Amino acid sequence: MSENQNPRTDASNEVTVAPEAGNAVVHADRFPDPGVPEHKHRLTDTDPKAAKRAERTVTLLFVLSILGTVGSIVAYVLVPPDGTTAGVRLSTLLIGLGLALSLLGIGVAGIHWAKTLMGDREFVQERHTLATQGEARETAIRDMNEGLEDSGVIGRRGVLKGAFFGALALFPLAIAVPLIGSVGGDWNISKFKHTMWQRGTRLAIDPSGRPIKAADVTVGSVFHVVPETTEEFRETHEWITEKSKAVVLMVRLNPEDLRTDQSPEGETWSHEGIVAYSKICTHVGCPVALYEQQTHHLLCPCHQSTFDIADSAKVVFGPANRRLPQLPITVDDEGYLVAQDDFAEPIGPSFWERLK
Amino acid sequence: MAQQQRPTTRVGKAADYLDQRTSIGALVNQLARKVFPDHWSFMLGEIALFSFVVLIASGFFLTMFFEPSMALVRFEGEHPAAMQGQLMSAAFRSTVEMSFEVRGGLLMRQIHHWAALIFVGSIVLHMFRIFFTGAFRKPREVNWLVGALMLVLALAAGFSGYSLPDDVLSGNGLRIIDGVVKSIPLIGSYLSFLVFGGEFPGEHIIPRLFTLHIFVIPGLLIALIALHLFLMVLQKHTQYPGGGRTDRNVVGYPALPVYVAKMTGNFFIIAGVLTLMGATMAINNVWNYGPYDPSPVSAGTQPDWYILFVDGALRLMPGPGWEWVIGGYTLSMNLLIPAVVVPGILFTLLFAWPFVEARVTGDRGEHHVLDRPRNRPVRTAMGVALFVAFMVCALAATNDLIATHFSLSIFAITWVLRVLLIVGPVLAFWVTKRVCLGLQRKDRELVLHGHESGRIVRFANGEYVEVHTPLDEQERWLRVSYESPAPLEIAPLTDSRGVRRAGYRSERRWQRLSRFFYEDRVEPVTPAELEAAHAAHAHGRHAQVERPAAAVGAGTERPPQERA
Repeated sequence: MSENQNPRTDASNEVTVAPEAGNAVVHADRFPDPGVPEHKHRLTDTDPKAAKRAERTVTLLFVLSILGTVGSIVAYVLVPPDGTTAGVRLSTLLIGLGLALSLLGIGVAGIHWAKTLMGDREFVQERHTLATQGEARETAIRDMNEGLEDSGVIGRRGVLKGAFFGALALFPLAIAVPLIGSVGGDWNISKFKHTMWQRGTRLAIDPSGRPIKAADVTVGSVFHVVPETTEEFRETHEWITEKSKAVVLMVRLNPEDLRTDQSPEGETWSHEGIVAYSKICTHVGCPVALYEQQTHHLLCPCHQSTFDIADSAKVVFGPANRRLPQLPITVDDEGYLVAQDDFAEPIGPSFWERLK
Repeated sequence: MAQQQRPTTRVGKAADYLDQRTSIGALVNQLARKVFPDHWSFMLGEIALFSFVVLIASGFFLTMFFEPSMALVRFEGEHPAAMQGQLMSAAFRSTVEMSFEVRGGLLMRQIHHWAALIFVGSIVLHMFRIFFTGAFRKPREVNWLVGALMLVLALAAGFSGYSLPDDVLSGNGLRIIDGVVKSIPLIGSYLSFLVFGGEFPGEHIIPRLFTLHIFVIPGLLIALIALHLFLMVLQKHTQYPGGGRTDRNVVGYPALPVYVAKMTGNFFIIAGVLTLMGATMAINNVWNYGPYDPSPVSAGTQPDWYILFVDGALRLMPGPGWEWVIGGYTLSMNLLIPAVVVPGILFTLLFAWPFVEARVTGDRGEHHVLDRPRNRPVRTAMGVALFVAFMVCALAATNDLIATHFSLSIFAITWVLRVLLIVGPVLAFWVTKRVCLGLQRKDRELVLHGHESGRIVRFANGEYVEVHTPLDEQERWLRVSYESPAPLEIAPLTDSRGVRRAGYRSERRWQRLSRFFYEDRVEPVTPAELEAAHAAHAHGRHAQVERPAAAVGAGTERPPQERA
């Protein structure tokens, strides 16, 4: 049956590969294959001078490659980077140009050699059907069957087969369980819901860590804010992870410009026009960093989600669905801005258990 | 029995030495004069292969100096001045140091980055070539799957490498990945913990990505490349249609010496060009961005080009109303659609295409002669439509740059691109299909009536005609030697005794899809038609250019081609 799989190729096989189509079998509804076009000689095949010239070109290209390698090493030795950006660039450029010349010389020479001097006569090779044919196929089928029979499991010993596949399917668990158990750290996904802001945590300037006095915040100014903490803590990984959730953008608006914020009835989350919102975009978590003073719009530079700071940071454009969570703030006895509490909802992008 | 000939030359002796120990002679018999067809487009895959070699070589250099650790350190070096005393990860510090203190280090970094961009680019172009010429058809479906898998791995390699320097840009890239991962229903939060070993960014992600980037992914790629090339040699290369090229032969030049020389030359040229790029074109100056810090981000940042389409899809998706809360659980469709569903559809289409096309064509034969894209209008149109969708998304990922460079409103640009993403592919499909059918009709016209010669002849009766020169048989063969499959025909719902047939509905669905593919088609000219055209010419009916039977969509005057 395999010989008959492809009538089309069988049909085309009747057309012999020959420059003359005269002896080809012509179907009533098919044109005959005219055969491989006539071979055209190159200049280097017919003109010995051209061949000699091509040989010289190839030689010259190999010599250029050698010069490139030498040049690259000379540049390495003579032009060390002096540490400045310009110095590093110069060293990079010179070593690179030498190396490029050395590689391109070999490459162009090889191609030119192949194209001008190596034989360009076209060959025709037969293809063979990929499926195994005839006796070899029979033997293969017989061997397979005999092998399976020798194993003694064909149609019998269902329990043994079950145990065999069961064991094979299960053993990876002994590796996977310890791996998966540890690969996710403590697997405590409720950490997504809390940040290090607490009642009374002072708002500090990022990156200096200096706490901010409400009186120092002028109308229209923007502060990139982190929770105040110790110098030592700010040199740890835990800090970077906490900071990833806790960063806040603080703006002082004219109190009359501030139309709404997110404070519930009977509470005030802003302080004299100073509002603080999570800087982590509710879309995919980029820091929302571009503030436009005129419109009070906050734009995420990654995907252009736009939030209106004067109107409880609601989404005015872009792929984010939710407003930025507000950090409730007030001032302490010394006049420093402090958090009233953690954010009222999880910050950043949505996740399955966000509201649970 | 003839005495076996003893080798006399040095090469001969070495070959004999090897052969006596490995019987390598049999392999040489198979390969040395193996014929490969020649065409520039067969080089695209080679570019991918050789950029991969450059990636391995330059990557090895980089591993000698890179420190895959997130341990926090202070930058003690003198240069660059802006970094002095800054707190950063060891990974970032070693990246800066290998750029500034290792001679040739920056060169290798830049070569590596450019090579990665070209690597993915050449894979995509290579796939376009395979797709548009139908080289994925039997027996090459398996190799298509291997190739598509390698595209996925190439993207993974690119992204994992991009993140290793631990700079502000790559850190924000990881944060976007984290956001997307978290949006996956049910397991998203746990997946995020799994990837980062805890909460983002933690202190594990760089060493983990490093292991993936220099061991797991390249290891898999090498294995798949070996399989890819093995299958290519085993099945022999496809060839473009032309005189003497059939599904039963291969016409071209021998591996030794022509292809050995051309391939070696090609490798050195690609390595040379990548080096030239690395030497002259700065890329990813991480010291300008600074070490990763969760707070800052720079405007006008774009990912590497192959991630652009996902980033663009994220930007185009409108947010409000697309976050659903079901039973208290949050489902972020505004993330899932662009970042999971869109790439999911793209890759499902890629993986499934050869099998879907074979099914709707009813085709079980081996194909070694390539299609001219015009001869498969729907396939070509689908390819172009996908490409347009990809480009619109990629363009959307640069909407902020378009806005600042051309002083346009970013909201307006986003809206235009949202509309274009829906309309563009449909329009591209329609236009491409029409262009293909038009080109096929042009082929028919050329075969039937020949080229316009520009020579006008006036007959004695005053009639003017333009003389047409008939096509030579090679040119004619190119334009008539294709198959134009007809839509599938299926048995009726009930058999002769009126009994309903099982499986009819499924067959009917496939038939509908088959109609979508092949309803509009143009048949190649037959010798009989050419004969008739000549006869018509002899009677002076020059104006009749197109026979009504060749019209599109109206069915054909010949019974459908019999296919196995």
